Amino acid sequence: MKKVLYRHLFSKVLGFSLLLFSVSFYAQEEAAPTEVVAEAAGGGDPVKGKQLFNQNCAACHALDRKMTGPALANVESRLSEDEGLDKEWLYTWIKNSPGMIKSGDAYANKIYAEYNQAAMTAFPTLSNQDIDDILAYTAAPPPAPVAAAASGATAATTESGSGISNEIILGALALVFGLLVVMLILVNNTLRRIAEANGVVIEKDKADKGLPIWKAFVKNQFLVLVTAIFLLLASGYFAYGWMMQVGVDQGYAPVQPIHYSHKIHAGDNKIECKYCHSSARVSKHSGIPALNVCMNCHKSIYEYKGNPEGPSAEDVANGYTNEFYTGEIKKLYKAVGWDEENQRYTGETQPVEWVRIHNLPDFAYFNHSQHVSVAGIECQTCHGPVEEMEVMYQFAPLTMGWCINCHRETNVKMEGNEYYEAIHAELSKKYGVEELTAAMMGGLECGKCHY
Amino acid sequence: MASNKKYWKSEAELNPNDSIVEALRNNEFTEQIPVDEFLGDKENLSETATSRRDFLKYVGFSTAAATVAACEGPVHKSIPYVVQPDNIVPGVANYYATTIADGFDFASVLVKTREGRPIKIENNTYAKVNGDANARVNASVLSLYDSKRVQGPMQNGEPVEWNILDANVKAKLGSLKGSNRQIVLLTQTYASPSTDKLIAEFKAEYGDSVNHVVYDAISEDAALNAFNAAYGKRALPDYDFEKADLIVSFGADFLGDWQGGGYDSGYAKGRVPKNGKMSKHVQLEANMSLTGANADKRYPMTPTQQKIALAKLYGKLNGSNVGGGTSEVDAAVESVAAQIRKAGNKAVVVTGLNDINAQTVVLAINKLLASEAFDAENPKFVRQGDTAKVSKLVTDMNAGRVGLLIMDGVNPAYSLPNAAEFIEGVGKVDVSVSFSFNNDETAQSSQFVAAASHYLESWGDAEIKKGQYSLMQPAIRELFDTRQFQSALLNWMGSEQSYYEYIKDNWNTNLLQGGDWNKALQDGVFVPAAVTDADAEGAATVISETDEETEEVESIAPISAAVRSLVNATSQGTELVLYSKVGMGDGKQANNPWLQEFPDPISRVSWDNYVTISKADATALGLENTNVANGGLNGSYVNLTVDGTTLERVPVIIQPGQAGGTVGLSYGYGREAGMKEEMATGVNAYALYKDFSNVQSVSVEKAAGEHEFACVQLHKTLMGRGDIIKETTLEIFNTKDHHEWNPMPHVSLNHQEIPVTSPDADLWEEFDRSIGHHFNLSIDLNACTGCGACVIACHAENNVPVVGKEEIRRSRDMHWLRIDRYYSSEESFEQDNEKKEGMEGLFGDNGALGGFGEMEDASANPQVAFQPVMCQHCNHAPCETVCPVAATSHGRQGQNHMAYNRCVGTRYCANNCPYKVRRFNWFLYHDNEEFDFNMNNDLGKMVINPDVNVRSRGVMEKCSMCIQMTQKTILDAKRDGRVVKDGEFQTACSSACSSGAMVFGDVNDEHSKVSELKHDDRMYHLLEHVGTKPNVFYHVKVRNTNEA
Repeated sequence: MKKVLYRHLFSKVLGFSLLLFSVSFYAQEEAAPTEVVAEAAGGGDPVKGKQLFNQNCAACHALDRKMTGPALANVESRLSEDEGLDKEWLYTWIKNSPGMIKSGDAYANKIYAEYNQAAMTAFPTLSNQDIDDILAYTAAPPPAPVAAAASGATAATTESGSGISNEIILGALALVFGLLVVMLILVNNTLRRIAEANGVVIEKDKADKGLPIWKAFVKNQFLVLVTAIFLLLASGYFAYGWMMQVGVDQGYAPVQPIHYSHKIHAGDNKIECKYCHSSARVSKHSGIPALNVCMNCHKSIYEYKGNPEGPSAEDVANGYTNEFYTGEIKKLYKAVGWDEENQRYTGETQPVEWVRIHNLPDFAYFNHSQHVSVAGIECQTCHGPVEEMEVMYQFAPLTMGWCINCHRETNVKMEGNEYYEAIHAELSKKYGVEELTAAMMGGLECGKCHY
Repeated sequence: MASNKKYWKSEAELNPNDSIVEALRNNEFTEQIPVDEFLGDKENLSETATSRRDFLKYVGFSTAAATVAACEGPVHKSIPYVVQPDNIVPGVANYYATTIADGFDFASVLVKTREGRPIKIENNTYAKVNGDANARVNASVLSLYDSKRVQGPMQNGEPVEWNILDANVKAKLGSLKGSNRQIVLLTQTYASPSTDKLIAEFKAEYGDSVNHVVYDAISEDAALNAFNAAYGKRALPDYDFEKADLIVSFGADFLGDWQGGGYDSGYAKGRVPKNGKMSKHVQLEANMSLTGANADKRYPMTPTQQKIALAKLYGKLNGSNVGGGTSEVDAAVESVAAQIRKAGNKAVVVTGLNDINAQTVVLAINKLLASEAFDAENPKFVRQGDTAKVSKLVTDMNAGRVGLLIMDGVNPAYSLPNAAEFIEGVGKVDVSVSFSFNNDETAQSSQFVAAASHYLESWGDAEIKKGQYSLMQPAIRELFDTRQFQSALLNWMGSEQSYYEYIKDNWNTNLLQGGDWNKALQDGVFVPAAVTDADAEGAATVISETDEETEEVESIAPISAAVRSLVNATSQGTELVLYSKVGMGDGKQANNPWLQEFPDPISRVSWDNYVTISKADATALGLENTNVANGGLNGSYVNLTVDGTTLERVPVIIQPGQAGGTVGLSYGYGREAGMKEEMATGVNAYALYKDFSNVQSVSVEKAAGEHEFACVQLHKTLMGRGDIIKETTLEIFNTKDHHEWNPMPHVSLNHQEIPVTSPDADLWEEFDRSIGHHFNLSIDLNACTGCGACVIACHAENNVPVVGKEEIRRSRDMHWLRIDRYYSSEESFEQDNEKKEGMEGLFGDNGALGGFGEMEDASANPQVAFQPVMCQHCNHAPCETVCPVAATSHGRQGQNHMAYNRCVGTRYCANNCPYKVRRFNWFLYHDNEEFDFNMNNDLGKMVINPDVNVRSRGVMEKCSMCIQMTQKTILDAKRDGRVVKDGEFQTACSSACSSGAMVFGDVNDEHSKVSELKHDDRMYHLLEHVGTKPNVFYHVKVRNTNEA
């Protein structure tokens, strides 16, 4: 473990120093062009523009590719060069595009028709200065933190470096151990010689002449009996334990057709579980989200760039590079039939066959909404730290004993629920307690889950 | 000590010369064992590469491999929607209001769908008429998943594309336009305003050559014509039996399918004693019908006698003298007339005689009485068939006058008595198209088969009763390449409109009168404001009164003629009365295993139709029913001959209550084409349905052989055990204390009599059941008509498997809910009880030995009682104490739980159950080719309720009191943070029960209906004296035996 930690430390130090170096290097380059563009953009502030762009435009526009709306890189110059439209036109368009379409403006209607007649939201709140800022940003975006690229590169180098260093360290260690052994033998020999020289006689072990230990063991019948019983019990215990885990798939983490990372979605991006698993609120099934739910976000999130400083060495070792994740998003597009080029659905769908992880047997009835909506239990209670799971696995054993234990120990959340009022009053009187467990409510009865 | 005993090895040794004896002495087997056959080929044996050791190795390895493989769980795939529909949440049921109108059954219903699959039919409580699903309508959801459906259009038995079919029909339509050869639409009754409009437009498009023939397999022609003559509209009068104090029925099975049915809920409401009053029901009929079984007084009469009695009754009421008839008939008529006079306008008379005179007279009587229950202003449109036109069509077809025949919803090649003639006629039509659901007889004889959609896949509307509109909407997209008739018609007329748009247009312009389409669609029913408006009703009455006056003058003459002809009715020999069974109806759903397995409420026989015959007639003909050693019922065969047509080998059931000189036979069976082999049961009674008359003169002769029935109840009578079905009369009920007519059983403790419900009499400690919910089910034996809708609803809700005829015969039926039917062995159950009480000693006149033997036989005209029995959910359940693995245990909400996964199948519980409601899974009924019913194919499995387990082989199962439904109701309330309202708790049976006999709820809720019913004087528990303390209770049946 230590070694691994050390490696991390090592690579981080290396990476950090490279980073420092490259940032200072690029920083010098960066300054000059920004100034030039700022002048050209007529006073717009690209930094502020970027912020505004991300807030208002990024849902439908990207700089360099078509999305719901057209690519916006150098939109101002493109419009004035190709279409002869000035900045005033852009102001009007951005502030009230539907009005412009209605007024019959030729280019406005052309754009409208080209993009599947999806009207652009009007932004009357943006001032001309704001729009200038955005346009400044689109004309020349402040370079993306070059660190990403740089750190990618460094990571790659450290990765290859650490591969070699691993072997070297191992070799060195083996050498050290070998040396130690040789030294010990030498020391021993030396000591022996000194002893002989001094006339010290090393006594031989007397036990050698007595009975071998196993014969002594066999002779002692009591010991044999006890050992046999112990072994039988132990093997029984382990056999039972082994058999009880047949069919218990705790830790089951199958390979899925699309590598979906809960860590990225629920962990890094903090998406609420029930945003995707919405039926958990109302239904017995938590539901695997339909692909149209994925497309709510992935229409605009077409590539993975979630880690500004690049994938960690560990991720890279597992193959979880940005390209890998982006590839998985493309798999989604293929399944749902999304034509990225033209930003429309082709209608050719291919349902995703996920491998089911949590398999309750058919004779056990479990209702998510009872636990999620009524009891207000966190998903993590049964599903574990999903937000940390790169690959989803079965956290709980899902055995009956596990269910029952929780029903015995967990107090039912009754406050503010009118349904429970009468029964709470009666039962708490009966049991003489204020908090009632599910078991007290009859939650251990066979028929509550088996019908 | 040597023994001289001689041991015989076989009977053959008695004869020492027998060759077998010699052979046995030398050889263990009399025949040579063919060892050489498998060991003779020495060469082959020695050359084979597999040695014995190898074989053992393989066996060992494969066993080990299988064991290891079994430790690995299978990999399950989960496939979510690509685009999830907005209104579908996996795991949550959606309900849609729709309407069934298949030409025989008309009802406004709700469809429960899960993940887009319809899985159950429920009643639409918004509907004022026919809002109740009967057994067949409940089962219709399974017909959607019929594996024998026609899955796409066909031409001469080969699959074709729709466009080819369209092109052929369009070409033919074009060529026939304006020609003198007919374009015939032969259809079921639609009762649909939009379809009527569409067909009218079709007629306008193609001119006079279009001939629309409406055909009902079971005709109500006489009633339609009589009503038409009296009221100028070809429809059926409606009856509200709730308003009647006296119901007199001449052979009308109005709790069954008489005039389209749907009368049981109104009837049942009037049958529950309220304020000391309940309706009285007198039935004069030939077959023992469901209606007759519910009657207070039942007179078995042949149809001829019924006609005479009806004529005489009219005479009595009218003051005119009508002669003829026998003294028995006279006595009955006298009694009925007196009661009618007393009841006045609270009386109603109905008849099921398919005779225009009888129907005319009945209309006249009701008018004469000014019966409140009789409604001619707003008639029903559920039967419109015109037999004269059908007969003419067959003639026309054979004469080559028909160029194009389009059929929908009918199967005349099966259901016409002259089917052969019809099939021949179809051959002479240029182009014949049949919209068929199965590849049935008609489909096979037609040139084109247009695969028809199920009603759950179709759009439509219906006007079941005048002014009561209902909508049909698809609950699922067409499973196959099918189309509904109306869409095809629109297409052929060159319209671009879909039928949905057509209906919507029609409703918005003509029917809704400003009402909201979406609201109507959501409710499933729509009643225009004008109809409910009191003024409009008043106006309508005024108009009709003037009508009456004018008509009266005209109608006196025909009525006296009708009466005359009724009185002169005669019959030759035995009269055959054809009837429709509750389970099978007209046979449209014959391929539905639920309905095939549904035991007939009266005979309790499933998987068959049969001739019903009275005991006396059976004895005269030497016919018998016997219970054989394996617990099955066997019956003789007869040949029935009507007018030269013979049905051979029809099995016989001896039916108590069958009028002497009559036999009964039900329609709907004997279909073979397009059916699964197992479902092709019974004989086709339509062959004897000559001239569309359900009464035929028949000759019956015994045929050789014995038929094996699948009957679920062999013991017919109660044997004087009046505490199983407690009964009393209205008079006693009104005048005496309930301890007299509903006594609590007592037991002796320390020589003191104490009630059996007393805690001192109990072995067990009482649990505290006052906290939380405590579910009880109330069953009112007065309201229960025995219709069996609950049985099918239970099938659908709880995934009850179908086991097939053979297994039913072995008493292995799986119905969680059965409806026991008992006959009295004396005239009444009361007399049974008296007879039993009066027994003294073993021998003699009152001896028990002979007496109990007699009581096993039902009376010739018995009283009948129905009793639905399901798991009684005993608080002190005998089954729970004997289960060695604690698989069955009690919940504090009153339900007796059954953990299938825990059950090891000892069947101790079933043995210890006093109610015999536990069912054992002898086999794996799903995915088993021996049980080729709905659970054996992917299509049929779509009906399975995902919230309920599908049980496997070797476990016990039983009614769970629909715990999945109560749990869901509780969860819904918890999620909303509210208390459960009364009426929210339901079981499948209680929600299917349209008569209100079954009420389910929480008895710990003081204000609930069920709690009120539990404290009613009529409440009793089944086998109270056993001390099981059930959570199902019954209400004493009260019979109104008051004579005038």
